Amino acid sequence: MPDFLTQTALLWPLAIPLATAALCAALWSNAKAQRAANLAGLCLTLVASLVLLNSVMTEGIQVKQFGGWAPPFGISFVADQFSAAMVVISSILALAAGVFATADIRRRQERSGFYPLFQGLMVGVNGAFLTGDIFNLYVWFEVMLITTLGLITLDRTRAQLDGALKYAVLNLFSTILFLMAIGLLYGVTGTLNMADLAMILPNTEGSVALTVAAMMFLLAFGIKAGFFPMFFWLPASYHTATIIVSAVFAGLLTKVGVYACFRVFTLLFEVEDGGIRPLVAFFAAGTMVFGVFGAAIQWDVRRILSFHIISQIGYIMLGLAIATPLALAGAVFYIIHHIVVKANLFFVAGAIHRATGTFDLRKTGGLMKSSPLLAVLFLIPALSLAGIPPLSGFWAKFMVIDASFRGDAAWLGAVALFVGLLTVFSMSKIWIEAFWKDSPRKIVHVRAVPVAMLLPIAALGAITLAIGFNPEPLVAFSQLAAETMADQAQFIAAVFNERQIAGVQP
Amino acid sequence: MSLVYALAIAVQMGCGVYLLLSRHVVRIVLGVVLLSAATNLLIFVAGGLVFTAPPVIVQGTQTLGAEAANPLPQALILTAIVIGFALVAFAAALVLKTYRAVGSVLTSGHTDAEALGSPFDAEATRNA
Amino acid sequence: MSIIFSTMSRLFFALMLIVSIYMLFRGHNEPGGGFVGGLIAALGFALLALAENVATARRALMVHPVALMGAGLLLAFASGLPGLLSDRSFLTHWWAEIGSLHLGTATTFDIGVYFVVIGGVLCLIFRLYEEVDQ
Repeated sequence: MPDFLTQTALLWPLAIPLATAALCAALWSNAKAQRAANLAGLCLTLVASLVLLNSVMTEGIQVKQFGGWAPPFGISFVADQFSAAMVVISSILALAAGVFATADIRRRQERSGFYPLFQGLMVGVNGAFLTGDIFNLYVWFEVMLITTLGLITLDRTRAQLDGALKYAVLNLFSTILFLMAIGLLYGVTGTLNMADLAMILPNTEGSVALTVAAMMFLLAFGIKAGFFPMFFWLPASYHTATIIVSAVFAGLLTKVGVYACFRVFTLLFEVEDGGIRPLVAFFAAGTMVFGVFGAAIQWDVRRILSFHIISQIGYIMLGLAIATPLALAGAVFYIIHHIVVKANLFFVAGAIHRATGTFDLRKTGGLMKSSPLLAVLFLIPALSLAGIPPLSGFWAKFMVIDASFRGDAAWLGAVALFVGLLTVFSMSKIWIEAFWKDSPRKIVHVRAVPVAMLLPIAALGAITLAIGFNPEPLVAFSQLAAETMADQAQFIAAVFNERQIAGVQP
Repeated sequence: MSLVYALAIAVQMGCGVYLLLSRHVVRIVLGVVLLSAATNLLIFVAGGLVFTAPPVIVQGTQTLGAEAANPLPQALILTAIVIGFALVAFAAALVLKTYRAVGSVLTSGHTDAEALGSPFDAEATRNA
Repeated sequence: MSIIFSTMSRLFFALMLIVSIYMLFRGHNEPGGGFVGGLIAALGFALLALAENVATARRALMVHPVALMGAGLLLAFASGLPGLLSDRSFLTHWWAEIGSLHLGTATTFDIGVYFVVIGGVLCLIFRLYEEVDQ
C-alpha cells in the first residue's frame, strides 16, 4: 500500500478536493453531511500534500501522465519542490479556513453552495500548482475563476454583485489574454507541454510572435496576481466577500498568478531577454509603492489588508526581477510566509468583526482590554507582515532585499525598505484603532470570539513564529526549490523519463 | 489567406475591446463574447490554415491519415468554447442579478462595492 | 401558454430525453457524447419549464440540479480510479470486449459528464426562469 501511495502521490492533492466537491454537491440538501465531508476532505488533502512533499524531497521531481498518454502528447502533471510546497501551504490554509468556517459560515451561505464551491476552488488552485501543461494551466485558471465568482456572491448583496462584476470582467479579460498567448506559442512551437516547450524554445529563432506571447503571459498573470498598473480590480472586489472567502482569496488567488509567472518565466522564457527584466522591475516597484499608499488612506480593515496584498506581491516579483538564485529563493520563502500571514490577518479581521460587529476601524476599539488573547494573536502576523525581527516576515524581506543589493538593483531594495516602513504604519493603525483606543460607542458590548475562530488564527500564528525563530530549514528548502526551478534540464528529464518508470506504453 | 483571417480577427478584437470599454454592462459582456470568439479563431489560425481532411481516424485503421488536419487546435478551441460558454452564461446571470438589485445597467451607477467601507465619511454614512 | 404548446412540450420532452440518451451512447465512436447529450436533455427540461412552470420541471427532474451535478462528477471521478490499479495513472480507461460489444470505463465517464451538464445548465436556467416569474 505505501508503494501504491508513493507512486500515485501526485494525484491525491488534486483528486481528494475534486471528490469532496462532488460529494458536497451531491449532498446538496444535507448541510450537516456537507460540513463533515468538507472537513474530512480538507484533512485528507493536507495529509496527501504532505505525502507528495515527502516523495518530492526523497525522490526528486514527481511526474504523472493522466490517462497514461505519453509526453508530449498527454497532459503531464509535475511536482517539483516549489509546487509541492505551494500545495502543502495551500492545504494548510484551506484546513484553517475550514475550521474557521464552522464558526463563521451561516446557514444561508451554506445553502448558496459554500462547500462545493470552496472545494472546487481548492481543485483549481492545486491543479494550477501541479500541472505541467500550459493549456491545462488555463483550464485550472478558469476553474478557479468560476468558483471564485460563486464564492464572492455568496450573500448576493448589492456590494457583492457589484464587486463580482468588476472581478469577472477583468479576470475574463486576463484569461482571454492568456489564451491568446497560448495560441501564439502553439503556432510557433507546435506543442503545449511545458517540458517540451522548454526544450524547443531555446532552439527557436526569436520572433515577434514569441515576444508578443511573452508579454501577453506577463500581462495575463499580472492581472491575476495584481501587479501595479492592473491591480485595481482587487481592492474593488475582495472586501465585499464574506471574510473567510476574502482570507482564502488573499492567501491563494494572487499567489497562483505569481506562481504561474515564476513557472513561465523561469522554464519557458528568460527574464534576461526581450526587455522583460526592466518591465518586471518596474511592475514590482510600482506594485509595492502603490499598494502601500492605497492602504494608508483606508479605514476599513478589509480594504487596508486588500491593498497590502498588492504591496506584498511587489516584494515577491522583486525576486523574479532580479532572478539570481538568491533572489528566487527569497521569493519562494516570501510566498510561503505571505500566504500564512496574510490569510491569518484576514481571519483576525473576521474575529474583530465578530467581537465588535464592524470592520470600520473608526467604530471599533477597546479590544485590548476585552480580548487580550486576540490582541496577541493579531500582533504576530501584523509584525511579521511589517518585517519586524525575529518573525518570518523579517527573514523573507531580508532575503529579497539582500538579493536586490547584491544583484545590482539597489534602487529596488531601497523602495522595498521604504515600503516596509509604511507597512508598519498601516499595521500600527489597525493596532491603535481596534485594540488600543477606547471604544467610541456608548454600548460596550463585546461578543466573545469562538474557539473555532481562535484556533486557526493561533495555528497560523504558530507557523509564523516557528518560521521566525527557526528560519534555517525553510531557507535551505527555498534555496533547493529555487535551484530546481531554475534548472530546466532537470524538469525536462523528469517529464520525459517518466515513461519508463511508470511502465506506460505510448 | 492567413492575412485575411488575421485582419478579420483584428477587426473582431477591436470591436470586442471597444464594447468592453463601454459603460453599459450588457455591452461589456458582449465585448467579452466577441473577444473570446476572436481568440478561438486566433488559435485556429495559429494551428495552420490548410484545406485538409477532418482529423477522424478512418474505420479499420489505427492512425490518422497523412493529409488530415491537426486535431489539437480543434480540441483546444472546443475546450475554450465550452469554458467560455459557462463563463458568459454566469456573467449574463450576474449582470441580470446586478441590474435587479442595483437598478442600473450603467457602470457609473454601480457604486456599492466602492461605498462599502469607504474611507470618506460621507459615503460611509450614506450607505450605513 | 397556448394549449398546443403545452401539449406538444410533453411529447417533445420525452423525445428529447430519448435523443439525448442516443447521443450520449453514439458519442462512443462517432460525434456525440455526454456534453451534447446533456445539453439536449437539459433543453428538454427547459422546454417543460417554459411550457408549464419551473416547479413541474423540477418535479420531473426529481433531484436538485446541483445534487445531480455532484453525482455526475462523482461518477466521472470514480471512472478514473480503475486506471490507478492497472498502471498507476488516473483516467487510464479499462476496456472489455463482449462479442461485438465494446465496453469501457470511458462510457462511465461520459455518463458522468452527461449528468454534470444537465445539472449545471438546469441550475442556471431554473433560477433565471424563476426570477422572470417573480
